[in-house]
Amino acid sequence: MVRIEFLGPIQRESLEIEAHTLGDVADILNQDQELKEWIATSAVAVNDTLVSSLDVVLKDGDKISLLPPVCGG
Amino acid sequence: MLELYSGALDVPTILKRWYEEESPNNYGAYIPFIGTVRAEDGIEGLSFDIYEPILKSWFVAWEEKAAKMGAKVVMAHSIGDVMVHESSYIAAVFSPKRRVALELIDEYVEDFKASAPIWKYDIIGGERIYAKERSTQIKGSGLLGVKI
Repeated sequence: MVRIEFLGPIQRESLEIEAHTLGDVADILNQDQELKEWIATSAVAVNDTLVSSLDVVLKDGDKISLLPPVCGG
Repeated sequence: MLELYSGALDVPTILKRWYEEESPNNYGAYIPFIGTVRAEDGIEGLSFDIYEPILKSWFVAWEEKAAKMGAKVVMAHSIGDVMVHESSYIAAVFSPKRRVALELIDEYVEDFKASAPIWKYDIIGGERIYAKERSTQIKGSGLLGVKI
């Protein structure tokens, strides 16, 4: 199982799902119509490191974070 | 030095302390940038969420970049509510000479705006409203949306 965390304004409770790659995570999250808009504009971190490929292999206990558009300052 | 505070920043105290801490270190230039909440569009203030683990790694990368140029970066930011005419953000660069500090402060603040995991909300009528239109997608955003 991996844990999905939705940061900032997404305001969703975290999820635990069965996934072996980020591609699996994408398939599962995109089934949720309300999440699709956030997914299209969010960056992704695995264990607090931003990633740029869906080919990342996940292991049990990994944390995947969705980071929507930011505006600090 | 990355400092996070609940509510508005005490700007004079923070700037003075940084000045005094770095004065013995032979930096010839100290350039702070201060972000203050403006009264516009009927807001009472702004509110901020921060994701600290990634903010800390972003900041460490900037510390390392600055160190290679003989410089030092620091920042302070608010968590939660900051009302109009209060300040929520200070970024500063110390360097031996002015040119490095002047160039770094620009890049440092702009990269902060584009990449730091901080979310801003307008406070209107006591409600927090995500400042979606003023927000920027972090580089690489939409990764999970491409496989549809």
